[in-house]
Amino acid sequence: MTIALVRPDDWNFPLLLHVAGAMLLVGALVTVAALLLLAWRGDSPRLVRLGFRTLLIAAIPSYVLMRVGAEWINSKENIPDEAAWIGIGYITADAGLLLLLVSTILAGLASRKARREPPGGGRLARIAAVLTLLLVAAYVVAIWAMTAKPS
Amino acid sequence: MTLYDWLLFLHVLAAFAAVAAVVLLSAILAASWRSDGVADAAPFLRMTKLGSRLWDIGGAGTLIFGIWLAVYVEGYELWDGWIVAAFVLWVIAAAAGTRVAVGFRRAFGADAGPGERAGSIRSQRALVVHSVMALAIAALLVVMIYKPGA
Repeated sequence: MTIALVRPDDWNFPLLLHVAGAMLLVGALVTVAALLLLAWRGDSPRLVRLGFRTLLIAAIPSYVLMRVGAEWINSKENIPDEAAWIGIGYITADAGLLLLLVSTILAGLASRKARREPPGGGRLARIAAVLTLLLVAAYVVAIWAMTAKPS
Repeated sequence: MTLYDWLLFLHVLAAFAAVAAVVLLSAILAASWRSDGVADAAPFLRMTKLGSRLWDIGGAGTLIFGIWLAVYVEGYELWDGWIVAAFVLWVIAAAAGTRVAVGFRRAFGADAGPGERAGSIRSQRALVVHSVMALAIAALLVVMIYKPGA
């Protein structure tokens, strides 16, 4: 049996920003992965373009929301940085940002190439698809760490 | 990992799947809205199945693991105000989400006529139902974080 704990009221808004940002980020990444994998099979330039736009308009702003919320709630909770789950969170967030930016650039280049010389940009879009899938897998691990909080 | 850790992880993971479905279906809606007819939107509509699956898994998972958590955790009861509010929002989201998925499936299905197919996604009503689904999910998240009355 686990006893319910109620967190202080002033933690709620930063936590809401963090969780909402994370959910939108993962949702955007799943969408981009599906679009780029479909493009891989059928090489439709419009799928790659929508994938690029989803990364740019949805994934990156959601990442910012998630990250700002994370720092805010962390500053309130004063959790020691040595806690394993916080470490997992930082690693997936920081490495994730790098992969997110690389995926966005590759998807953008693939979209541009496909528009200029259809159906070009296939290889770039495929790499972006793989990176996006890696990001989704990493964030599932992060969700586990945030909920199970391994010490 | 304790049973509580597993339940919370699976409950939250299911919520992520539900939000992913909303984002994916919103992307399909936005892309289809700007397309010249259903044939033009066909590449996007192929993602409908994934969106529906994510919605089904997310909806079922949040409900099952949410009820399990409410029963398992000492201090929560199924009739707590915030849990009842979450149930109501879940029902609204599920009803709207099912209608959205049916609309997309009809648009992508081969059995519908061209007019009906286009109308099932590119209409004011479809947009309203989609917005209700997204707002209900957002409100659910707010209730889950703030737990009013807990």
